Formats: sequence, C-alpha cells, structure tokens
Amino acid sequence: MAVPVAAVRNVTKRFPGVVANDGVSLEFNAGEIHVLLGENGAGKSTLIGILAGMQQPDEGEILIGGRPVRITSPRASLELGIGTVFQHVLLVPSLTVIENLMLGGPWWRNLLRGPALARFRELSQLLGVEIDPDAQVGRLSLGEQQQVEIMRALWRGEKVLILDEPTSMLTPQGVKDLGAVMKRLRDKGVALILITHKLVEAYELGDRISVLRLGRLVGALPPERKRAMSEQEVTDAVIEMMFGTVAQHERDAEILVGRGRRTHRARHVDRAGPPRLQARGLATQATRGACPLRGVDFDLWPGEVLGIAGVDGNGQKHLAEMLAGQRAAASGTILLDGRDITADAVPERRRRGVRYVTDERLGEGTVGAFSVATNLVLKEIGAPPFFRRGVSDWDHIHDHARALIKRNDIRTPSEKTPVAKLSGGNIQKVLLARELNAEAGVVIFNKPTYGLDLQNTRLAHERILAGADQGLATIVISTDLDELLEISDRIGVMFQGHLAGIVENGPDVERKVGLLMTGAKAA
Amino acid sequence: MDSLLTEAFLTSLLFGAVTAGVPLLLAGLGEQVSEKAGVLNIGIEGMMLFGAYAGFVAAYCSGSFALGFVAGGIGGALVAALVVLLCIRYGLNQIVIGIAVTLGMEGLTALLHYFQFSRTYPRLDLAPAWALPLLSDIPVLGRALFTHNPIVYLAVLLVIALGWLFRATYIGLNLEAAGNKPAALDAAGVSVVKTRAFAVLATGFLSGIGGAYMANIGAGLFVPFMTGGAGFIGIVLAMLARGRPVWVLLGAALFGISLAMTTALQVAGINIPTDVVQMLPFAMVMLVLVIFARHSVLPPALGLPYVRGER
Amino acid sequence: MTAEAQQVARRGAPGSAGARDAMASVLRVAVPILLALAVGGIILLVLGKDPLAYYGYVARRGLLTWGGLQETLTRMSPLLLIAAGLIVAFRAGIWNLGGDGQFLLAAVITAALAPALVGTLPKVAILVACMIVSAAVAALWAVIPAVLKARYGINEIITSLMMSFLGISFANVLVKLFFWDPSTTVPQTRTLPVEERLPRLFDTTIHSGVLIALAVVILVHLMMTRTAFGLKLQVVGANPAAAVHAGLNVPWLTIATFTLSAALIGLGGSVEILGVFGTVRADWNPAFGLLVVPLVFLARFNGYAAIAFTLFFSALMIGGDSAARRIGVPQHFVLVLVALLLIFLAVVEYLDHQRRKRIGA
Repeated sequence: MAVPVAAVRNVTKRFPGVVANDGVSLEFNAGEIHVLLGENGAGKSTLIGILAGMQQPDEGEILIGGRPVRITSPRASLELGIGTVFQHVLLVPSLTVIENLMLGGPWWRNLLRGPALARFRELSQLLGVEIDPDAQVGRLSLGEQQQVEIMRALWRGEKVLILDEPTSMLTPQGVKDLGAVMKRLRDKGVALILITHKLVEAYELGDRISVLRLGRLVGALPPERKRAMSEQEVTDAVIEMMFGTVAQHERDAEILVGRGRRTHRARHVDRAGPPRLQARGLATQATRGACPLRGVDFDLWPGEVLGIAGVDGNGQKHLAEMLAGQRAAASGTILLDGRDITADAVPERRRRGVRYVTDERLGEGTVGAFSVATNLVLKEIGAPPFFRRGVSDWDHIHDHARALIKRNDIRTPSEKTPVAKLSGGNIQKVLLARELNAEAGVVIFNKPTYGLDLQNTRLAHERILAGADQGLATIVISTDLDELLEISDRIGVMFQGHLAGIVENGPDVERKVGLLMTGAKAA
Repeated sequence: MDSLLTEAFLTSLLFGAVTAGVPLLLAGLGEQVSEKAGVLNIGIEGMMLFGAYAGFVAAYCSGSFALGFVAGGIGGALVAALVVLLCIRYGLNQIVIGIAVTLGMEGLTALLHYFQFSRTYPRLDLAPAWALPLLSDIPVLGRALFTHNPIVYLAVLLVIALGWLFRATYIGLNLEAAGNKPAALDAAGVSVVKTRAFAVLATGFLSGIGGAYMANIGAGLFVPFMTGGAGFIGIVLAMLARGRPVWVLLGAALFGISLAMTTALQVAGINIPTDVVQMLPFAMVMLVLVIFARHSVLPPALGLPYVRGER
Repeated sequence: MTAEAQQVARRGAPGSAGARDAMASVLRVAVPILLALAVGGIILLVLGKDPLAYYGYVARRGLLTWGGLQETLTRMSPLLLIAAGLIVAFRAGIWNLGGDGQFLLAAVITAALAPALVGTLPKVAILVACMIVSAAVAALWAVIPAVLKARYGINEIITSLMMSFLGISFANVLVKLFFWDPSTTVPQTRTLPVEERLPRLFDTTIHSGVLIALAVVILVHLMMTRTAFGLKLQVVGANPAAAVHAGLNVPWLTIATFTLSAALIGLGGSVEILGVFGTVRADWNPAFGLLVVPLVFLARFNGYAAIAFTLFFSALMIGGDSAARRIGVPQHFVLVLVALLLIFLAVVEYLDHQRRKRIGA
C-alpha cells in the first residue's frame, strides 16, 4: 500500500482543563476524501489547528510522506503543501482576489502579477470556477469567497487540502458545487480532509470516515467498507461508534443525523385568532458588511415557531436586530398584538415582552469581563427591583442570579464569576435565563445552537419548543436547515434582504426551501 | 499690509513652512505605516524627542549632519523597539504604553540634556543646504522650496516611495492585511507580530529622523520638550490621511505654513497673537471633520493586539 | 485592554477578594513601584547622583516635612479632579486626551470671571458660580468630539487632542486679547485678591479645594460602582455592542460621559485658580492632562487607588522640585519614574495574566 501523504500518530493536545486530542492517529491518502466527523468540541478543530501550524501537539508526531515533521507555523504548513480553509473567512476584504492570493509571498520581491495570474488560471481550471481576479473580496458572495479560500489553500502546492465545516455558509446549490469541486480535486490526486458535524455530508462526500468524540478517535470506516454500505447502515454504524447504542441516544442521533430520522414537529397552531406579531414592509438602511432588509412581511401567532432559513448574510442579522429594537427601521411597521411598536426602543419592546437571544453571545449578548450576576440583569439596568432610584442593589442582583443559576442549571463557580470564563453552552444558558422570563411574549432566536455541543443543542431545542408550547410566538433564525426542519412550524427564507416566501413545515419542504434559498419565488 | 506681500516675506514664510513641515511629514508618514499595520502609535512624540536628542548628540560630536540623521533614526527606532516589545509582543494597551513612552522620553531627554549641556547650550553650525539645479533659480519659490538639506528632498521622495510600497509590493499587502484582517495574514503564513514590529520600528526610525531634523536643522540645538506636540500632530495627519501618503504631505504643508506664519507675522510686525495663527490648522481640520463628518476610515484591527484564535 | 477588563471583572464581583487576593493586589502594585525606583536609581547612578540621597530627600520634602506636605496636598487638588474626569471617561471606553485644553480654558474663564464679580455677590456665590461656569465651558469644549464620536464614530483620540491644542491656544488668545489686565506688562488676567479665594484649611496653606477634589473623586467612584448610570457607562466601555443590545442609549451616554469628564477636568482648572494662583498668565500650561493619564491607569480606574497614586505623585513632584535645586537632579526625572512605573505595572500585569492562564484559573 502506498505511503499516506500525511498522517498523525498518537497526537495529544491538552488545554487547561480539557484534553482536546487524546492519542489520535489518522492517515490521509492521495485521491481520497477523508471525513472527520464529530460534534462541536470533539477535537476536530484542534487537530486541523495542529496540521495547519496554528498549534503544537503536546505529544505524538506528524508524518508527511512518511517522514516525521514539525509544523511550527502556518508558513511551515503551507510549505509542506498543506492548505487549510478555515470555518470563518480569512481573506482581507479590502484587497482584491489576486492580492489575497499573493499575500504571504516573498516580501523582498516586487509583486509579480504575471505568474500569479497564471497560477490563478491554473487553479480556476482545476476547481472549475470563474472569478474576476481583480474583484475586491469584500464584494464577493460567501460562496465565491470560499472558492478564493480554496485557491489560496492550494496556492503553494496541492498535496493536502483541509476544509473545516465548509458547508455551513453555503446554499444547497453551493454545497453541491463544493462537492463537485472536492471530487474533482480528489480525482486529481489531492488528499482532502473534510471536517463536519453532519452525517449527511460525511456520507455523500467522504471516502473514508473517522469519528472523533471527546478528543478520541472512536471509530473509522475505511473506503472499502463504506462503499459497500447504504446510507442507513453508515448512519447506524457511526452512531454506534459515537454512543455505543442507537436506542439510548435517539435524540442526539437525530440532531446529528439530520436527514433520515428527522421528526417533524407536529403541533397545531391556532391561526384563527389575531397574530401576536405582524411585520409589514420592513426595510433597513444598508450598513457596511451587512445586507439590509427590503420589504419583509410576515405574521406570527402565539405558540408558533417560525424558522428563518437562508445563507448567512442575507439580512437575517438586520431582521433580528430590527425586531428587537436595536436597529431603526427605514420604513415599514411592526405590530405587537395590533399595537404599533415600530418607534419603540429596546427597553420599551422588552417591557412589552419582546426578547432577543443573539447569536453573538460574547460579542453583544454579554459583557465577558462582568460577572454572571451583572450579565443576568444587563437589560434591566436602572430598573427596579435591582436598582432603586438609580442606585444598585447588589445583594438583590446576586440573589436573583443565584436563583436563576439554580433554575437554569448554569454551571459556574459562582454568580460573581466573569461570564467569559464559562463554556459556550453555559453562556447560552445565561442568555436564555435572562430573556425567557415570565413576561416574554415574542422571542427571536438567532442561531441558537451555533457552536454548541450535542447536549446543549438538545437543551436549547427543548427550551425553544417548551416556550412555544406555553404560547410564546417564536422566531428561530438559523443557517442549519435540519435544525429548522426539526423545530419549526413554518419556514421562511431570507434572500438578499427579502423574506422569500414562507412555507409550512412538512414533507417536501426541503426542496421548496432549497429553491427559495437560491432566489426562486415561492412555489 | 504691503509688507505681507514682499518677496522676502513670502520666501521666509515658505522656507519656514518647509522647515516646520518636514518633521510633521516624517512623523505623519511614520505613523501612517503603523496605523496601516493596525498599531496606534501614541508614543511617536517620545520617539521624535529621543531621535532629536540622539541626532543632536551625534551631529554635535561628529560634526556630520548625515550622521545626526542616522543617529536620530536609530534613536527613534530604539524607543520603538520598546513599544514593539510591550505592545506587539506582549499585547499591552497601546495607548497606555504610548503615553508612558512619551512621558518617559520627555523626562529622560530633559534629564540627559541637563547633565550634558545645560551649562553650555551648544549650537550646531548652519546646516548645509543643497540647491536643486534649475529649480532653485525660480524667483521666491526657488529659494524657499529648493535650497534645503537633502533630507527634505528625501522626505518628499518618501511620500512617493510609500505610496508605491503600499500599493505595489508584498510589504504593502502584508501591512494592509495586518491592519485589516490579521488572522488572514497569519493564515497566509506571515507573522502578524513581525509585520507589525517592523512597521513600528519604521515609524520610530522616520519620526526619529523628524526629531533630529527639528533639533539639527530647525533649531540648531536640542531643547527639552522641543517637539511640543509635533508627534501628536503627526498622529492627526496620519489618521486624516486615510492611508494615503499624499494627504500627509498636504496636511504637513498646511500645518507647516501656519507654524511658519506665526514667526513670519512677528517679523513683519503684524500685531496679532501668534496663538490665533496657531489655532488655524486645528480649527480647519475640526471644521472639515464637522462638515464632512463621516465614519473615519481606520483599519478595523487598529489598536487591538493580535492573539491567534481570538477574533 | 485586558487590564481594564480584569479590573472591571474584579469590580463586578465585589466581596470575592480574599486575603490572598488582597496580598496579590498589593504585590501587583508594590513590585512595579520597587522596580521603577530601582531602575530610576540606576539611571541616577549613571548620572553620578546618589539614588538613596535623592529618594530620601524627595520623601522628606514631599511628605515628611510639614511645609512639603502642605504643598503636596495643595498640588493634589487639580490632579484629583483631572483624575476624576479621566476615570469617568476611561471607564466608559472614551479616550478623552483633551484634558489640557479643557483645564486651561476653565482656568482662564475663572480668572476672568472671579475678579469681575468681586463685590457684586457674596464670596461663596462667586466661588460656586466660577466653578460652575468654568466647568460648563470645559464641557462645551468637549461637545464637538463627543458628538462626532457619538454620531459618526469618529475616533475621539484625534478630535480631543486637536480640541486640546485649540483650547490651549484659545486660552492664550483670551488672555492676550480680552482679559489682559492693563496694569500688568506681561499679559495676564486680573488677579483675584487672596481673601476672595477658596478659604484655607485651619492654619495651613492648603486651600479647601482639596476637600472638593477628594469629595468629587469619591463621588465619582461611588457613581461608577453603586449606581445604574455608572454601570451603564461601564457596559458601554467594556462592550459597546452589548450596550446597544441591552438597549442603552449609547450616543447619549457617550455625550454625557464626555462632557461630564471635561466638566470635572475644567473644575480642576477652576479650583487651581480659585485656590492657588488667582490669575492666569499667558502661555501658562502646567500640562497636567497627559500626566494624570498614567496615574489613572496605575489606579486601574479605581477612585480610592487614584487618591493614593495622586498623593504619591504629588509628593514626587513637590519633592522633585526641591531636589532639583538642592541635589541637582531636574524635576523631569519624575516623568521618567512615572513612565517606568507604568511600564513595569503593565509588564507585571501581563506576567500575572500569563501565569493565571497557564494554571487555567
């Protein structure tokens, strides 16, 4: 058998309090798509961080072409022919495509456009894509940006290509295109490593599947075995690797698998009564880096979960912020129980029961350096009973925090711990505890499970559904269609600032949503 | 008012404008390099001051103005090295360290000056000027603009050189990436820390030369606190120039003229306080900001230390 | 900005400081002070001066003699008021570096107004009126940077610095063109008679402005730690996006903070004139603004710590002034010490942070 292009052997990486990789051994072969599968926190990102030269393993070795190497920097990784496409776009938006690709060239030289353009055309052909090399990257679509990223990863050699959760920001069509590119590269002899937490992708794209859990390699399907199996068999095999048995972890498995085992939410929303929330012709001003809203209309009834699907950057952020009162409307009206709240700011809307659980938990949802207790009253500053005549009642604030911590099972050393020290799942619990109190009437969730592990994902879903069952009018914005299919009653799709059609959740909804995501009108 | 328009007056005004403007130009260009790379270099005043001191000492001891400029540049770069260590390497707050560096250098140079020169207050001879052939024969402008120390022409050439560097070289790309999206630069295999370190060292070198010019050419001697806020004006120029060296040149010219005006008016016997004239460029800049108030275009990562894995 | 973040974090969690934490905080300040004094001492040795003699003399003249102590306490009042102004701004994440302009303008307004009012109003009314008007003028001077930041997000470092340069020049213009006391040859304002100034404390030379300054610093500290307004400012400072998310009126808070900060700094200028000088001479500029910035940082924006550091620094200034005459070390050496202190403090903070990250605390 041929020597693998790259391999890791017994790699262990520890962080304070966690073992991110625990004696992991893997091989990556030319002309093979190797899928690393695992939930958030399983250690996939650490492993690619090590291969990309971002981190050093504590133990174990990396072999390139059978020869042990040390990858001490991103440059060393690139020079070994390992290219990485990270989860978040790592391109300079103010530079052009070709400039981004040339970035990292020998600084003592002049910019050599000629050879760069030649290489660009070579790679365009290899990938089968067409992009203007002189377009400013910030103006490209996310899909195009990703293609540029792939080019950059292959720029200095096309031995190994690592893709970290590459589909999370693509349309269904974009995912298909990416799959085609990947297969093309595989056939040209590139060793591809695909990191994902979606079994569907693993099955469709992978030649070899390795499953990571809590930092360990818990199982693998070599190509010859995988080829012989149906999707159902692969699914069962992987779930067994992850959880031991299928039966005990049915819910986890559902989330993990997405398609195939999905249970549509079966509830009966009473839409005979008046809607709780009505949006009419909502539009916002364009801002740098975010798509504005253009004429968004919808109605939302109590007890209903409206899923908002769409590729990131199609106006979801503005929609959430506008409904919450954080962003001014350029035009349009929002009615809450028939009352116009368009001009109300965040505090008034909050008083009327509007809640917003943001996706940027540390970015805007909390103040990382402040205590859990302070963050739990962040939206009540100045309001009784925590503040009396503008004076803080810290005892009251801390009592309140202790109660919420207990009720919501927030894992924190104390209510005085800075919130940034908590795990992502626990920060999310802080947000949920703050937003979902008794007075809530309408809740907007923006990517509520983004970055969470299975257990916390499940908890968040349960929380959302429990709220809806109690009569909350709920909006869930997510780029994860599977998630929306699982918990929504209806699904609308954001496309270039429009809410392009709202469809009832049910059979065949996926095809309709997929169409809408590409800009087609509602069927 | 006739005296205002005499040839002698205009010549001395413009000549003075160049003398006053060149240190600002060098400081502004230097700061621009740092800002491009995402470093807010508030310590530039300290770098100028130490450059002025080092440049003066070198020129005084060796008798060579060229050596004075080299020493000034190296002096400024030494101070910059401290900023590199504390802010770039250790990621400490750039504003705090910048102010510390400025205060420290104010104190240190005053102290050194006191122990070395406070009794003698030595002066340098008049600096050699280099009249550009042909150009220096133009009436008024020739004398005013084209008979200066070679460093002046170099400073103006630097405007073009930096413009080219920013647009057409790998270094320019690296600087842009370091200020705009450091993680992208890191992923491309270029060290963000090194890129920013070189940028700050370049800033120190340029502003150090600017300081040396103030001491050796402008004043002919070193005086404690002599930069008098020139570094801060450099920061202002760089911020307003939005990454374009030509705008730094224009800004430096504007400030240079008004600084020169204060002395020129006194010479001409016009009786208004120099402070009025000194206010003009600041008032003008503020007015521009108020009227054309838009979001100032600064690199998104300005002032933030880069830590791999944190976004 | 980890230093503030940690500091804010510690603040947000009152009562958690055990004996070990207290010890650690003392060490975090004591070690940098000792290092700064040590390196400063080496510089003195290089310059051929005896560091122990110098430090001893500074301590004696600045703190341990009655006359020196009185001067030190007097010097504290403008510094404390500037510190109060900076704490308000910095905690809200606003870099008000325009202190010098705000301070000087307020000083000139006081110097122009106070002598003119003598005889028309009771003394207390004049003093209060001068402080209020001067603080208001200083606040007004900060309105442009404040609005530009709040409305258009224009960096306040650049605008406040420019307004500072403008303010310094404008103060001189005011003295030279409008408030020049015709009986003097050098341009200066009319002088407020000594008996009309802020009353002295008991039999000392210390004026009562020190008490005003202390009260203001403590009030600012309480406002920051115990009130909703203070908490709002801290949210804006620590995470502006979170402030928007929480529904705080960030532009309004920015303007309020900026002008409050400038008003307090202006009060410092006013009190300095009402308490010490009674007049402003043209081109007078003590340049306290930037000097106090490091002190506020050393104090980690804590009002009580700021009082301690201001005392320390005032003693250094006063002692350093005397030492300049007596021992022949110019008072600029004090600047070197402050810079060293700031650098060592930042480094110690960094090392401490690294250590804690390593042990995963």
